[in-house]
Amino acid sequence: MSSTTSTSADQPTFRGSSLQLKNLCMAYGDIPVIRDVSLEIAPGTTTCIIGPSGSGKSTLLRGINRLHEPSSGGVLLDGEDALRVRPDVLRRRIGMVFQHFNLFPDHTALENVALALWKVKGMPKSEATERARRRLTEVGLGERADHRPRDLSGGQQQRVAIARALAMEPEVMLFDEATSALDPELVKGVLTLMAGLCERGMTMAVVTHEMGFARRVADQVVFMDEGEIVEAGRPEDLFDNPRSARLQRFLSEVL
Amino acid sequence: MDFLDNLVKTFFDVDSMLTVAPQLLTVGLVNTLVISAASTVIGLVLGMVVAVMGISTSRWLRIPARIYTDLFRGLPAILTILLIGQGFAKFSQSIFGPSPYPLGIIALSLIASAYIGEIFRAGIQSVDKGQLEACRALGMNYGRAMVLVVIPQGVRRVLPALVNQFIAIIKDSSLVYFLGLLVSERELFRVGQDAAVNTGNLSPLVLAGIFYLIVTVPLTHLVNYFDQRFRTGRRRPTAPTSGLKEVTELDAVSPLTTGSNT
Repeated sequence: MSSTTSTSADQPTFRGSSLQLKNLCMAYGDIPVIRDVSLEIAPGTTTCIIGPSGSGKSTLLRGINRLHEPSSGGVLLDGEDALRVRPDVLRRRIGMVFQHFNLFPDHTALENVALALWKVKGMPKSEATERARRRLTEVGLGERADHRPRDLSGGQQQRVAIARALAMEPEVMLFDEATSALDPELVKGVLTLMAGLCERGMTMAVVTHEMGFARRVADQVVFMDEGEIVEAGRPEDLFDNPRSARLQRFLSEVL
Repeated sequence: MDFLDNLVKTFFDVDSMLTVAPQLLTVGLVNTLVISAASTVIGLVLGMVVAVMGISTSRWLRIPARIYTDLFRGLPAILTILLIGQGFAKFSQSIFGPSPYPLGIIALSLIASAYIGEIFRAGIQSVDKGQLEACRALGMNYGRAMVLVVIPQGVRRVLPALVNQFIAIIKDSSLVYFLGLLVSERELFRVGQDAAVNTGNLSPLVLAGIFYLIVTVPLTHLVNYFDQRFRTGRRRPTAPTSGLKEVTELDAVSPLTTGSNT
């Protein structure tokens, strides 16, 4: 980092928790989609999950915060069994960012961020609004707090979505193809924002097709195919010396 | 000119119209509005209950909602009104007294709620699944996510269809006439009909019709207003901005963009 501007110093650091998946299995009805996935993400590190479409990457993320209930195996958040707490309580500790942003269209950017603080965390409305405004400023949208999602660009919407997830003070952030729906010139900005979270100590699981980001930012890269982890390790090992034929094939297609 | 004279006498006899006008206004219109408004309010509440039951994952809620909707939507309104208005007359007498008025309102409400329930259900189901997911990912439970985010969006979308339903209720309110209302409880149609029998021409009914139109036509225009405001998207066009501007804006907050490792 050659140039560090003053904004970074103002931004708070995070205390990310560890995340462990133990022999996780998930299914759509009778059809198994995640088979026996075990994965360890150390506190404050970033794991990028790559793989072809239909490999179960998004489903795996959904299993972590139980938007899709795992059929067997275990998820440990900060060493605690995540499958034994109430899903609503668990999800307050895990932030998620979606491919299509999923902002609330009839609320302003500020309200999007403040809503859950107010209604879920039970914060007084004024305090929720103030915190929401700070979070929006951190992602560079302080000026646009009163815009509705449809008056924002895709990149801005995704930054609001990131601010919304961060405002809940999660211990882990999940990114589900967060830049796949963005115009190309805006991808870098959002990725940079994500890399900044990583720098500041957030634990992150990132499903992405941005191989450059994975190589540069990830502490660990996981290659999935057909619902299982084929290869996992340091980014330079996976990208420079892929061992499995499937990863070699995948990299030759995307790089 | 005989024919034309006859036509005017039958449909537009000013004298009989003027005679019945005060009654149409003070009794007929008032009762039509009371019956319609009450049925609409009850229909909206019941309709929302039926809609929420209808999209439940539990079949013990879904199936009763389905049967209810099929039943009241599938039967002729007049049959429902007669069955309820006369069938429960004794029961109603012990609660509301001898007037069939409340039973008429209840019957109309049940019919309306079946239609409104379907309108609400269609609206709620048309809301992108991602909205519910985003709420759940933020730690909201199902009920709260529905009430705070999903249902308001769904309802907004079907406002035009709802207004159409209100118009239908106003017109259907004339059917309570079959229950035999007391003199002071007569709605527009009944007042017009009674006067038509007395005067021997149809002018009072024509005037009643005009009163219906005075209420319903503005509502149809309300539909158009809603359609424009909520369906066709943005109200004020904004000038397009270059994505590059946003890149500059991002550079200002994210020091890494200009870092050496990009």
